Amino acid sequence: MNTSLLNKNVNDWLNEHGDYLYRFALARLRDPHQAEDAVQETMLAAIKSNSFEGASSARTWLTGILKHKIIDSQRKQFREQPLSDLIDLDASDTSMDDFFDKNGHWLDKPQTLDMPEEALEQKQFLNILSGCIDKLPAKLATIFMMRDVQETDNEAICKELEVTATNAWVMLYRARMGLRKCLEIHWITG
Amino acid sequence: MKWMLSCKQASQIISQSLDSPLSGSDRMKLRFHLFLCGACTRFSRQLRLLSSAVIRIKHNIENDSSVQLPLESKARIFQKISSAIESKKH
Repeated sequence: MNTSLLNKNVNDWLNEHGDYLYRFALARLRDPHQAEDAVQETMLAAIKSNSFEGASSARTWLTGILKHKIIDSQRKQFREQPLSDLIDLDASDTSMDDFFDKNGHWLDKPQTLDMPEEALEQKQFLNILSGCIDKLPAKLATIFMMRDVQETDNEAICKELEVTATNAWVMLYRARMGLRKCLEIHWITG
Repeated sequence: MKWMLSCKQASQIISQSLDSPLSGSDRMKLRFHLFLCGACTRFSRQLRLLSSAVIRIKHNIENDSSVQLPLESKARIFQKISSAIESKKH
């Protein structure tokens, strides 16, 4: 493909699919700058690659590239985030002392939340939940997004993030415990 | 005795059940615990709602046409594309 045609193609792709790709990335990375970077990396990879034959739609092809760029970004984030709040990751038996007494009883029993299925339709509820995800320790937020939002299977998560299966489930457990607690605090009293 | 789960153990198994199928014995132990424990039953329901809610947030962002790649971002990306293509030419 000659370069002026390539230039035109890529610019057309960005104009036609840029917003879609950006939303796709933002829904998974949650950070506008990271989402922009992922779209940019996708476009640059599209230039390098000659694999687009026009058989599939450009959008499907670009989204396929973007999925890999999103994982790359998450892997990088995960590596760079501090370990500080995860020191006793392996000590899964003693790590949830905030929630349980020494006999394994709830310190604060989960209350009946006023969050039936209809809560899903409520913007306020979803906004509070978004805020709670943002408050999670960054590593936990990343692995939680990969598992619960992108629905990546555990084996792939362990491979991408280079963590053991045990560490992965402890982190997911902590993320979910933290989010549930955060919702309980902010939704009931909110 | 070992088949009596504490709430802490039950909560861990509930979280695990969202990621992979439980073993038969874990499933039985959990069912028994939940039969007796209202707090963990609520916990279990809340974790499932949490999962559906985060998926809903994802879909809402994906379908929100007011969320657009900012113009400055687009300009930056155009710039990068052009220089990448330039360097490819040479």
